[in-house]
Amino acid sequence: MTDEIAIEFADVTKRYGTAVAVDNISFSIAKGEMVTFLGPSGCGKTTSLRLIAGLELPTTGVVRIAGRDVSQRAASERNVGMVFQSYALFPHMTVLENVAYGPVIRGEAKASARTRALEILEQIGLSGLSGRLPSELSGGQQQRVAVARAIVQQPDVLLFDEPLSNVDAKLRRKVRGEIRDLQKRFGLTAVYVTHDQEEALAVSDRIVVMQSGRIAQIGSPRDLYERPASPFVADFIGDANLISGQVSDGRFRAADLDLPMTGAEGAAQISLRPERIALAPGDGSPSGKVLSCTYLGSRWEYEIETGFAELLTSRPMTEPPIAPGTRVSLTIPDTAPIRVA
Amino acid sequence: MRERQVWLAVLALGLMVLPWHNTVPSGASPFMPSALGLAADGRGWLWPLVLLLPLMFWAGMRDAAGQVFLALAIGGFALLLAQGFVVGLRGPSLDWVAGVFPTSTQGQTGFGWGGFVTGVALLGLIAHALALRGFCRGDRFAGSAVVFIVALLGLFVFFPILKLALAAFVGPDGELAIGPFLARLFAPEIWRLDCLTGGRRCGVVINSLVLGLLAATICTTLGLALALIVSRTSFRFKQTLRALSILPIITPPFVVGVAIIVLFGRTGLITGWGAELFDIRPTRWVYGLTGILMAQVLAFTPITFLVLLGTVEAINPTLEEASQTLGAGPVKTFFKITWPLLRPGIAAAFLLAFIESLADFGNPIVLGGGYEVLSTRIFFAVVGARYDLGNAATLAMILLSLTLIAFWLQQRWLGRKSYVTVTGKSDAGLASTLPFGLKGVAWAVVVPFVLFTLGVYAVVLVGGFVHDIGRWDLTPTFAHLNTAFAFEISANGVQFFGSAWNSMQTTLIVSAIAAPLTTLVGIMTAWLVARQDFAGKNAFEFGTMLSFAIPGTVVGVSYVAAFNVPPVDITGTAAILVICFVFRNMPVGMRAGLAAFAQIDRSMEEASSTMGAGGATTLRRVVLPLVKPAVFTALVYSFVTAMTAVSAVIFLVSARHNMATAYIMGRVEAGEYALAITYSTVLMIVMIVCIVLIQLIVGARKLGRRREFQGQTTPAE
Repeated sequence: MTDEIAIEFADVTKRYGTAVAVDNISFSIAKGEMVTFLGPSGCGKTTSLRLIAGLELPTTGVVRIAGRDVSQRAASERNVGMVFQSYALFPHMTVLENVAYGPVIRGEAKASARTRALEILEQIGLSGLSGRLPSELSGGQQQRVAVARAIVQQPDVLLFDEPLSNVDAKLRRKVRGEIRDLQKRFGLTAVYVTHDQEEALAVSDRIVVMQSGRIAQIGSPRDLYERPASPFVADFIGDANLISGQVSDGRFRAADLDLPMTGAEGAAQISLRPERIALAPGDGSPSGKVLSCTYLGSRWEYEIETGFAELLTSRPMTEPPIAPGTRVSLTIPDTAPIRVA
Repeated sequence: MRERQVWLAVLALGLMVLPWHNTVPSGASPFMPSALGLAADGRGWLWPLVLLLPLMFWAGMRDAAGQVFLALAIGGFALLLAQGFVVGLRGPSLDWVAGVFPTSTQGQTGFGWGGFVTGVALLGLIAHALALRGFCRGDRFAGSAVVFIVALLGLFVFFPILKLALAAFVGPDGELAIGPFLARLFAPEIWRLDCLTGGRRCGVVINSLVLGLLAATICTTLGLALALIVSRTSFRFKQTLRALSILPIITPPFVVGVAIIVLFGRTGLITGWGAELFDIRPTRWVYGLTGILMAQVLAFTPITFLVLLGTVEAINPTLEEASQTLGAGPVKTFFKITWPLLRPGIAAAFLLAFIESLADFGNPIVLGGGYEVLSTRIFFAVVGARYDLGNAATLAMILLSLTLIAFWLQQRWLGRKSYVTVTGKSDAGLASTLPFGLKGVAWAVVVPFVLFTLGVYAVVLVGGFVHDIGRWDLTPTFAHLNTAFAFEISANGVQFFGSAWNSMQTTLIVSAIAAPLTTLVGIMTAWLVARQDFAGKNAFEFGTMLSFAIPGTVVGVSYVAAFNVPPVDITGTAAILVICFVFRNMPVGMRAGLAAFAQIDRSMEEASSTMGAGGATTLRRVVLPLVKPAVFTALVYSFVTAMTAVSAVIFLVSARHNMATAYIMGRVEAGEYALAITYSTVLMIVMIVCIVLIQLIVGARKLGRRREFQGQTTPAE
């Protein structure tokens, strides 16, 4: 990874009539980095990806790829590779023709384009299928052809638009690993769009969390999980208990909850991860009542009624279950709460 | 960059080299007939256009994406039009122009190659400048396509209509005034209702409306009965009926009318039998409303049938099953569930038949007798002895308003037609069969219609090859074929003697040129509407759809009004025939294209463009192979319509470029029915051969990869 900037957005806005899809966002992506746009549907993540591809042009602002201003350049005039949600393989061309399409279009001789396509197909483990039509491949194979087609021209940036949404749930973990390996092996700059936070945490160097057209937070997966900057991010990345209260004299207080907390005094909100709340039958402070206890195979999940919020907690299988209706006292480590507002 | 220089070079060619006018205007003797030469010769109003060239060159070098360059291109185009329209054949229409440029009083002729090429180059430069400014997501090809199609639609659809509307206001001395228009609009022969009170005939609008409503009602009833029989009974000849329903489309316009005359005219076969067997006195009853109605029912029922069959088959059978599980019997289910779901389709079919009936020209002219409708009245006002363009224009505007209202109603209905939903889920249910009583009604309606159709086509089939079908003289003969299509193979090659060869040749050539162009424009327009985003797209789509609703007669008379005089005087050429067909039939290609694009994942084109393909390459390598069925439909339809069209063409044919349908109309008017039928039969055979040829050419590549349409890129596994 170098510090060279591959993609840069400067005050980019995209409007459709009066609707604002992307609202004045700025960020930059370093060469060789894999960045994910994450957010709920309608947050502007796909539009941002399409702005990089040139499938949409910004209403205002500047998009730079490899240092070049491409704001008003059509997709065909940028050097990007894209893997579509539906794969978008050409049904009337063979696998080889699909992969060789880009080089041929860009003026490469047919023979060398074929050679290059075959090389990529081999590296990606599909060399035996080059003569098949897309309709004769499995979903996973189609997905890999789509990736091969996108990287054959050594693009400045490789774009993924929810590439796993059509892959079988069991295969997803494997395929996303392959994508990450490939990106590292070829040293590609990649931008990945998903609404699945687990997928985002698994594949990214950095994640851009988006909310209604704006960037909510940019950071490494660990940053976002451990130090969310807003209630939205805390809630969107993993599960979070959001608790509102007051900060004074270096303590956060809400009902019988009392935790050490630095920072500005006054109204505040904290996030507590479910796995960081320990439970024991009893009536200490803070305390609550078990509403439900659910067996999830790898852990127990509890809903606890307390004086300050309804809490979600999860406990390892090694602990004995606690029956609903039981009064419990809660143990929260001082490092567990993260102030988000 | 390179593209800009190419367009600038074309502009230079148009301004400096090619002859500006189609004929050198009187009084001019330039060293060169180009705009530059004419300007130097003292025709000063051309200087600004000539000077545009260095200006645009400079602006392009400075900043091609800037506002100045775009403004110059648009300004230049406006200037080009302005000088063409202001300085006409008899001098300028504005006094100050005559003051500034005294030579302009000598007038100028229409655009020649120089004028046209300049216009094309300026449009290309406008598109180039717009694309650089982000129009159509910066895709130059798509941007150019939008600009050129808008310009073509403007010139060949909206400009003629506008010119025609103006002609309705022109008084006897050539002045523009509201008075003559009002006088024409409220003339008693248009609106009077005398036929209701007995006595004389009704006005021509009343005639048209009565005919249209009757024809639409009968066609819709028949179409519904046929659709129900085909889809809701154990009817076995479904495919046959579907295939036969294209028969009227390839039937030349007059042949059905002639067949009806042969059967029911005063000396007709059935009239004769009636006189012999039942002693009914032979009359001319078939001429007039009855005859036209018979012919139109025959011609338009297949259209309503296809529309209603689509509606009936789209009804989700589970809805009817649900009704029956809730305790409703078949009759109750039909009237409470099926019928309400059918209603939007019925309305659409009715309006479609109504529009077709109003626009029909061929049947009223053959069978009308004294029953005049708008289309025939317009024709006689332009072609007849009393040439009166103002009157024709007024009538054409009334006709256009009527069809536009019907078209608008139909769009509204179709727009709200949300009952019939296609979910993509398979419906396991079986369509319920028709209740017994309704089945009887349907058959009772359909059987006479089928017999009638068979009778008419039997006459067509036999009529050309017997001595005189009209008098039941069935001696086989090739005499008529010989009159029309005699040829001799001698040492000097093949020589064509028959009287029909000339028109046949023109028809084939014009249709063969028009069909691919129509398809190209139609599919391109569909692609722009379905796949591109650009400012003004809604207006663009509306405009193209609107051109669908303009009746052929109106198109014909509007072309006469617009293209008889400079700056674009092209009547009498073969080009105007081709242009007329392209813009009349383009909406059908567009609809076929839109339907096809709706089924193709848009991201395939996006994938192509991220791999470096511009709009043109994507269209050629990805889109066209996938929409091949739509291309085929558009090609066949535009070819066949060009071969059989009459309403617009009849105004545009000339002695040099006569079309088959115009020739047939001449034979019908002269009473040479057998010859007309023979020619029609030959025309139908030629069309079938051509359709097979198109199928072979377009479909050939499909056979090599038959599997390509089976599986799109569906999420497999």
